[in-house]
Amino acid sequence: MGKTFAEKALARAAGISEVSAGQVIDARPDVVLSHDNSAAIIQMFYELGVKRVEYPERLAIILDHAVPAPTTRHAQNHAEIRQFVAEQGITHFFDVGRGICHQVLSEEALILPGQLVLGADSHTTHSGWMGAFGAGVGRSEVAALWATGELWLRVPESMRVILDGELPRGVTAKDFALRVIGDLGADGGIYMSVEFSGSGIAAMSVASRMVLPNMMAEMGVKNAYVTPDDRVFDWLAPRLARRTGRPVEECRAEIEAGALYPDPDARYAAEYHYDAAGLEPYIACPHTVDNVVPLSEVAGTRVQQAFLGTCTNGRLEDIAAAAEVVKGRRVARGTRFLVIPASSQVLQAALERGYIQTLAEAGAMIGVPGCGPCMGNHMGIPAPGEVTISTANRNFRGRMGTREAEIYLANPAVVAASAIKGAITDPREL
Amino acid sequence: MVTRGRVWKYGNDVNTDVIFPGKYTYTITDRREMARHALEDLDPNFASNVRPGDVIVAGRNWGCGSSREQAAICLKEAGVGAVVAESFARIFYRNALNNGLPAIICPEAVAALEFGDAVEIDLEAGTIRRGDDVWHFPPLPETALQLIQAGGLIPYLKRKLGR
Repeated sequence: MGKTFAEKALARAAGISEVSAGQVIDARPDVVLSHDNSAAIIQMFYELGVKRVEYPERLAIILDHAVPAPTTRHAQNHAEIRQFVAEQGITHFFDVGRGICHQVLSEEALILPGQLVLGADSHTTHSGWMGAFGAGVGRSEVAALWATGELWLRVPESMRVILDGELPRGVTAKDFALRVIGDLGADGGIYMSVEFSGSGIAAMSVASRMVLPNMMAEMGVKNAYVTPDDRVFDWLAPRLARRTGRPVEECRAEIEAGALYPDPDARYAAEYHYDAAGLEPYIACPHTVDNVVPLSEVAGTRVQQAFLGTCTNGRLEDIAAAAEVVKGRRVARGTRFLVIPASSQVLQAALERGYIQTLAEAGAMIGVPGCGPCMGNHMGIPAPGEVTISTANRNFRGRMGTREAEIYLANPAVVAASAIKGAITDPREL
Repeated sequence: MVTRGRVWKYGNDVNTDVIFPGKYTYTITDRREMARHALEDLDPNFASNVRPGDVIVAGRNWGCGSSREQAAICLKEAGVGAVVAESFARIFYRNALNNGLPAIICPEAVAALEFGDAVEIDLEAGTIRRGDDVWHFPPLPETALQLIQAGGLIPYLKRKLGR
């Protein structure tokens, strides 16, 4: 019997030759991820009575959730984390302003194809874009990982989602992800590993691929996987070379050698086929991510705020798409347009290409790289009764700070077009 | 281990944002304070009326969304004796056991139980009782029972590491 990606990746992480779905293993992750929640994890870690982190080089701590600190309390959390990082000799620490943890892990090539990352963040699934195994866990578990370097995991069953063909103009990876979640539901992939493949996936840019495993968290999956290829290796190799000071070619060979692929005769619990040509822009309506309709059904809905950013859609191609839409136009009176790059590297590239200039001229506000108002911490909290259209991955009631606000989720060009019109708008009709 | 209390009944896909709002995740660190916000955006009556041993009964995918552990902690601290659901979001399930909060999968009981019912749950025997009605669930694995008995992963691991 062939093995799925999850079976291969978790066998590797457990240091045993073979595992099967349903089996419980002790995994030793290559990377243990945490962010602002590290302050709470530090307390739990010391409650264990442990003095030193077992493998400090495996930790990645990236401050992104409330940056720069909106209150003294948040600032104190950050300060406690900085002190811990210094005391424990944690080298993979990225301070306020560097960007969103999942984006930074990728940009710094801290996680590589075939490896395992466990993180105290539900969107740790994100790293599946490169063919890594990423899964979210709790804070206590991360404290345990800091102390011992290992954690039990159940090897998940797997399902396949295959996208063939070419996406029509104006239809993005975000729309595909929303369509899948709408079709299968918020628990459509519960406890599962989802493997994406097909010509429609292979044609996607790296930035677009990142959207898929990121959004799969909204379907209850344990992890998601996109088949790694040359585009992935070419993207990661110079980044690993820069971080380690080694030759690019050597890095590329090592990355490629680590990639894992499912066997052709692997067993899947389910398989879904999509024809890219049949997809259109979709919107997730309040208050659940699986409440998905074609854009045309909600076009014209008034919005007071448009938010472009987050780990889902805050990358250069997303900002480029928005800049193209707003060029020579103005944000509608009565609507606020907030753009927050996913990282400092994205911000710099967007500056160099003039996208930020274009967006600012159109009346957009540009924020500090980080999570922004995604989970209601700061920097764009809606008022009760207001409607936000957002590129984020969640629209739960209360998510952005008040239960009386509504959140619609869409692709970046739709969010930009909606900012211009002050209502949900198909950018192809501007 | 036996817990007794009344049923609080909810639906499918209840997410961690309505169980414990994200805006509190970096400002509230006191566990008792977390309990005062339990289910704040789902059921404003819950936190002030829940009694020790009460049981949450819910549909599919309880605790979906964010990995925030406070979603489990706030229920535990509020005195919730167990959450019984058709299914759980996987991170919530882990967080629950890791904080000594029993998470029980029993669709038959979910279908029958109603708000306010008095129930008794025996974790070792794997039974949920309401008067003469009895539903069975697979008894929790030994490790899960140990976690619950210890009060969660941190005290469990502390003992195991011998500190």
